[in-house]
Amino acid sequence: MNFLSYLISGISLGSVYALIALGYTMVYGIAKMLNFAHGDVIMIGGFVVFTAISSSLTSPAVAIICGIVVCTLLGVVIEKIAYKPLRNATPLAVLITAIGVSYLLQNVALLVFGSASKNFPNIFKWCPDWHVTEGLTVSGVTIITIAVTMVIMIGLTLFIHFTKPGTAMQAVSEDRGAAQLMGVNVNTTISLTFAIGSALAAVASVLLCSAYPLLNPYTGAMPGIKAFVAAVFGGIGSIPGAMIGGILLGVIENLSKAYISSQLSDAIVFAVLIIILSLKPTGILGKKISEKV
Amino acid sequence: MKKGFMKKFAAVSMAVMMTVAMAGCGGGENGGDSSTEFVIGGIGPTTGATATYGEAVKNGAELAVKEINEAGGINGYQVRFEWQDDEHDAEKSVNAYNTLKDKGMQMLMGTATSTPCTAVVAKTAEDNMFQLTPSGSAVESIKGDHAFRVCFSDPNQGIASADYLAEKFAGKTVAAIYNSSDVYSSGIYEKFSAQAQEKGVKIVTAQAFTKDSAQDFTVQLQKVKESGADVVFLPIYYQEAALILTQADKMGLDVTWFGCDGLDGVIQQLGSDASLAEGVMLLTPFVADAEDEKTQTFTAAYKAAYNDLVPTQFAADAYDAMYVIKAAAEKAGITPDMSVSDICEAMKTAMTEIEVEGVTGTMTWSADGEPTKAPNAMVIKDGTYTAVA
Repeated sequence: MNFLSYLISGISLGSVYALIALGYTMVYGIAKMLNFAHGDVIMIGGFVVFTAISSSLTSPAVAIICGIVVCTLLGVVIEKIAYKPLRNATPLAVLITAIGVSYLLQNVALLVFGSASKNFPNIFKWCPDWHVTEGLTVSGVTIITIAVTMVIMIGLTLFIHFTKPGTAMQAVSEDRGAAQLMGVNVNTTISLTFAIGSALAAVASVLLCSAYPLLNPYTGAMPGIKAFVAAVFGGIGSIPGAMIGGILLGVIENLSKAYISSQLSDAIVFAVLIIILSLKPTGILGKKISEKV
Repeated sequence: MKKGFMKKFAAVSMAVMMTVAMAGCGGGENGGDSSTEFVIGGIGPTTGATATYGEAVKNGAELAVKEINEAGGINGYQVRFEWQDDEHDAEKSVNAYNTLKDKGMQMLMGTATSTPCTAVVAKTAEDNMFQLTPSGSAVESIKGDHAFRVCFSDPNQGIASADYLAEKFAGKTVAAIYNSSDVYSSGIYEKFSAQAQEKGVKIVTAQAFTKDSAQDFTVQLQKVKESGADVVFLPIYYQEAALILTQADKMGLDVTWFGCDGLDGVIQQLGSDASLAEGVMLLTPFVADAEDEKTQTFTAAYKAAYNDLVPTQFAADAYDAMYVIKAAAEKAGITPDMSVSDICEAMKTAMTEIEVEGVTGTMTWSADGEPTKAPNAMVIKDGTYTAVA
């Protein structure tokens, strides 16, 4: 009974990680770079949606679309300005640039929106909580998050396997040089990857902020890192892996909080990560090359 | 990966800042004419994760300085207030202190947060510069006889909370949720649990969280629920408290919430869910909605000056800090042409002799720098803070 409720709260937390991890794994799988700014794009998305809703000119649906549009543009612009000039640089240089972009976004948000935390309205109030039994409740936001994550996961997998741009992505992922020789436009493909990844960030921002209604310029940073861990957990580059990794991370985190120590939960999560990576260096689903996007 | 990078980045920026600071030494072009005005420095985080506190301190201090100058200054001399950002980082704070010295600072009102304050207080001790922190609440933040503070120290809040619970909630069981990665929160909790034991308050469960896992509290709340506690002690800041109240409401947890000054701000944070804060109790020296005339005047002036922003306890502490400096300076009869060290000697004697009636209460100081003032128990009722009779 108690175990079940810990498990459910772990799945709720994990579903948010999973959703963010999809964006990480997508960009890594194709562009072969760790976009550390992903968490901060989520934060920007959160602020855009928050501003649109609190201006009360738009309905939540329109606000979410605003968020998706702004994040997509932001993702493409970041890629063009910060990452494209480094296309042939060492991976370390790109990584440092991504960290730089992350701080830039945080500080710009700090200037524009201020440091005080905003209270993000729960826009999924219409979805009723699911009372499994007495004292055991799954919140509406969790159900929506899991549903959205599943839909996105399936959609992305189909997109990558059955559309032309998706096949181009697979080609770029496998061998960038060869893909270019075969007439695939690498730059466009990578831009498209960033556009999709950032649009996912906007969706994630809405669900993250609805579940944990605290929005400030640092909101995206920690979930971003945890989601990155989740992506590595599941096998970075693997789309179903991101989902499994996210959920597992949330469950392990909450169970270790409940049964071992509420202070050590992060240490335990990372210890499990080390164990899994030493047994399976590519992560849980990292082996299946065919799943790589 | 990110943290390691941060350190390197900090090292490089330190080097740059030091070069700039040292270049400033020779010129002294910022020094001004030190014999015609007092130069009081202020340090706090106006960027970074704790920027809210630094901004509030800066605003509160600037408002007080403006009022003091309009009323004729201190001992007939105008006051110049110089501010530096420290991003809540000890090294940057020491740099900020050096920069302020170059600008001719004679007294320091700062720093706003505990960890940097602990680093800077060692520097002010070396220079024998008078230091008054508005809100550095860690014990070590005012080490030395030259440093004083306006706020309560963390242990004092913990002890006062345990005493209050022992008296008003005798026989009830208590649970605690605190942030083990934060000196403020864990500092209060440690003293609280020690004092609770002494006073016979039964703590049935103590749940911790860290700043890296400060979003999901369902497990901690579930544990509290299982423990059957009547009262939950929350020595934490209002951001996390807002999340805890929201999640507890979803779980149907029915307890009395009790916190310290960090909870001030929880009503605004909850926004449209402000009703969740009903019945939350807190021990705090300042709430913006208090009925007394002094608080109301301050709140109105602050709102007028800063775009309708509601002053927090940090703003009130800083506002009081400036008036405390004024009172002590007048008692000591210091003038701007005295040396920093002479000012400090005169000020630290005067501090123990004055009594200041500020917006955070009526305060006196002991030689170790701790203020004596009464904590007020407040309860949130109909969306405002009401004093508990």
